[in-house]
Amino acid sequence: MATGHVQPQETWSPIFGRLTFDWIPYHEPILIGTFLGVGLAGLIVLALMTRFRLWLPLWRDWVISVDHKKIGIMYMVLGFIMMVRGFADALMMRLQQALAAGGAEGYLPPHHYDQVFTAHGVIMIFFVAMPFVTGIMNYVMPTQIGARDVAFPFLNNFSFWMTVAGALLVNISLFIGEFARVGWLAFPPLSGASYSTGPGMDYYLWALQIAGVGTTLSGINLIATILKMRAPGMKMMMMPIFTWNTLITNVLIVAAFPVLTATLALLTLDRYLDFRFFTNDFGGNAMMYINLIWIWGHPEVYILIIPIFGVFSEIVATFSRKPLFGYATMVWATACIMVLSFVVWLHHFFTMGSGANVNTFFGITTMIIAVPTGVKIFNWLFTMYRGRVRMELPMYWTIGFLVTFTIGGMTGVLLAVPPVDFQLHNTLFLVAHFHNVIIGGVVFGVYAAVTFWWPKAFGFKLDDRWGKRAFWGWFVGFYLAFMPLYALGLMGVTRRMNSYADMGWQPYFLVAALGAVVILFGILSTFMCFYVSIRDRKRLACGGDPWDARTLEWANQSPPQKYNFPQDIVVTGRDMFWKMKEEGFKWSTDYQPIHMPKDTATGVLISAFALAFGFAMVWYIWWLAILSFVAMLAIGIAHTFNYNRDYYIQPDEIAATEAKGASA
Amino acid sequence: MSEHVNTHSGSHGTMGRLMIGFAMAAILTILPFGLVMGEVDLPRNLTIALIMGMGALQIIVHLVYFLHVGTSSEEGWTLVATIFSVIILVIVLAGSLWVMHNMNENMMPMPDMEQMMNLQSQQG
Repeated sequence: MATGHVQPQETWSPIFGRLTFDWIPYHEPILIGTFLGVGLAGLIVLALMTRFRLWLPLWRDWVISVDHKKIGIMYMVLGFIMMVRGFADALMMRLQQALAAGGAEGYLPPHHYDQVFTAHGVIMIFFVAMPFVTGIMNYVMPTQIGARDVAFPFLNNFSFWMTVAGALLVNISLFIGEFARVGWLAFPPLSGASYSTGPGMDYYLWALQIAGVGTTLSGINLIATILKMRAPGMKMMMMPIFTWNTLITNVLIVAAFPVLTATLALLTLDRYLDFRFFTNDFGGNAMMYINLIWIWGHPEVYILIIPIFGVFSEIVATFSRKPLFGYATMVWATACIMVLSFVVWLHHFFTMGSGANVNTFFGITTMIIAVPTGVKIFNWLFTMYRGRVRMELPMYWTIGFLVTFTIGGMTGVLLAVPPVDFQLHNTLFLVAHFHNVIIGGVVFGVYAAVTFWWPKAFGFKLDDRWGKRAFWGWFVGFYLAFMPLYALGLMGVTRRMNSYADMGWQPYFLVAALGAVVILFGILSTFMCFYVSIRDRKRLACGGDPWDARTLEWANQSPPQKYNFPQDIVVTGRDMFWKMKEEGFKWSTDYQPIHMPKDTATGVLISAFALAFGFAMVWYIWWLAILSFVAMLAIGIAHTFNYNRDYYIQPDEIAATEAKGASA
Repeated sequence: MSEHVNTHSGSHGTMGRLMIGFAMAAILTILPFGLVMGEVDLPRNLTIALIMGMGALQIIVHLVYFLHVGTSSEEGWTLVATIFSVIILVIVLAGSLWVMHNMNENMMPMPDMEQMMNLQSQQG
């Protein structure tokens, strides 16, 4: 079974490119099962939506909406859906490694197993973590600065749908063709044309390029929003800390993502037009790819974690009923991380042979970057110190984060020592380390944010019991799943192994598999929590300010009206909403017309053609590629002639919606 | 949409400033050409350094007078953004060159290896 895989013949026809019936994996029982499951579930959803006439509302209220709040929620939905896909990959890997010991081959042949670990990494970073943090920033930041929307509402909608197009392309690869078998960063020469034949690697390239357009544009959008649309009087050092972190994150996105785009473009040229940037021969240098991709890759991990630091800062301050300890040091620490994150990339390839001088420099910078992060940890601890800490759901995730992330950070500093790294490079110790900071940091932070701002978005709290079950599932499951990997890594077990001979390793892998099952319980509890909370929304209903919070996003109704604030707020200090509450603030009933952007279907249309373009490029269907590319340009240009982009909400309408919200 | 604070003051420049910029750009172009075409008697390295230096000044003149980068436009954000971009570019370019140069030295790519093997075969 392990060697039984045969690549379909490379043929090309003018109509279908290299896509033939042989590329449909009908001979793989696992994929057929998945396909039937997904197809059945999809049909049920389609039928229910038709039954309850939800198509038009979905299109009108969500798909074409340029409202930053709805786009934020859609990002979160995308993140959760893709998390299920990525986690299914994780379960498969854990099961394979639990089985394939001492000569046993397990149930996944290498060809399939390699696709699974590649898909897991790509999906979890690009289509789970990124949508999550972008979604949170999108939803929360504009309301924190008292704005009515982002600076470019249409661009926001377009960015979201480009991300969706990329995610869809990855999922299409599951049922049509195959996915890359190269690891999540696709190092050449393995990912080059000679060693990765077939469409898998091309799915990878086009999915990331299409989603990358969305990410970069969204970064520009959010920076412009923060710099130009703050409420009157809000100086930079009066911005809520989460908004500061959003600004710095998006600066990093705008600075780092073009590097990824360019690097992947060079690899695309290698694969499609026989260029030689990263080949072994004709003057190519594969190590240049690794150098370039990590110049993007290291800022990327800070792009994921910095917004999360902002989330925890807001939560800690709110639930300790104190202003955040050391606001200014927090801002400067984050700014330091912003610059330092660009001078540590080589620690991802200490072993590549740049020599002692280079390794020493990057080892030291890597240890230095732990300092501002440590400053933050102490700031949170001092905020809680002598505060009246309320142990609500978001605080569970925060405490879990503080403990787990600190452990992950310390193993990171261990790995920053080049001689140690030579021992641990590419082992499961590394895998355990980055899961420790990504699960303990990003995932816990996303859950904290969801539990914290859910009442803002929907007007009711999440169910406490299922919420805590989700927390304990993730928390306990994480330690069970990854502590054994630290031990295995110290024993020298390398990552991405399909099978292994040493029976002594198997008990650790079994515990890790058990941990994955406990995490599964946590994930199921999450969805149960959403279900129960929506069912019992009357019981869980809360006012506009359920946590006694400090920042402006809580100053309006929950859920907010689409114009966010009935009037402009004049900001006079930090923690403005707290100040407003102390001063007994009330909204006046003297309303002015509010200028609003109009919804548009342009974003989703262009993205649909981007998806078609990506699919066509993967399969060499040139006519479709040209057609869809021209269509993208045409729709984009046509949109510039659309002058009917805005409207005003009149005072009487505002008065009506405000009165309705207050009584509800 | 909330209030757009008007920060466009001075961001498009006045005719006077544009002319100053034009004059400086012209001088910084004529001087290096003059150095070469007039065959000014200077050491070769000094000539190169002067040309490069005036090229760098030229970039700054363009940024300040034509692209309006400065402390006054957009509340100084254009200046901050430019400085940040330059820092990142320098880090990325210089860093990559340094990393790849050292790797080249240490890892002995194929052409050097062939030379060494030739050398060895000659000696042996």
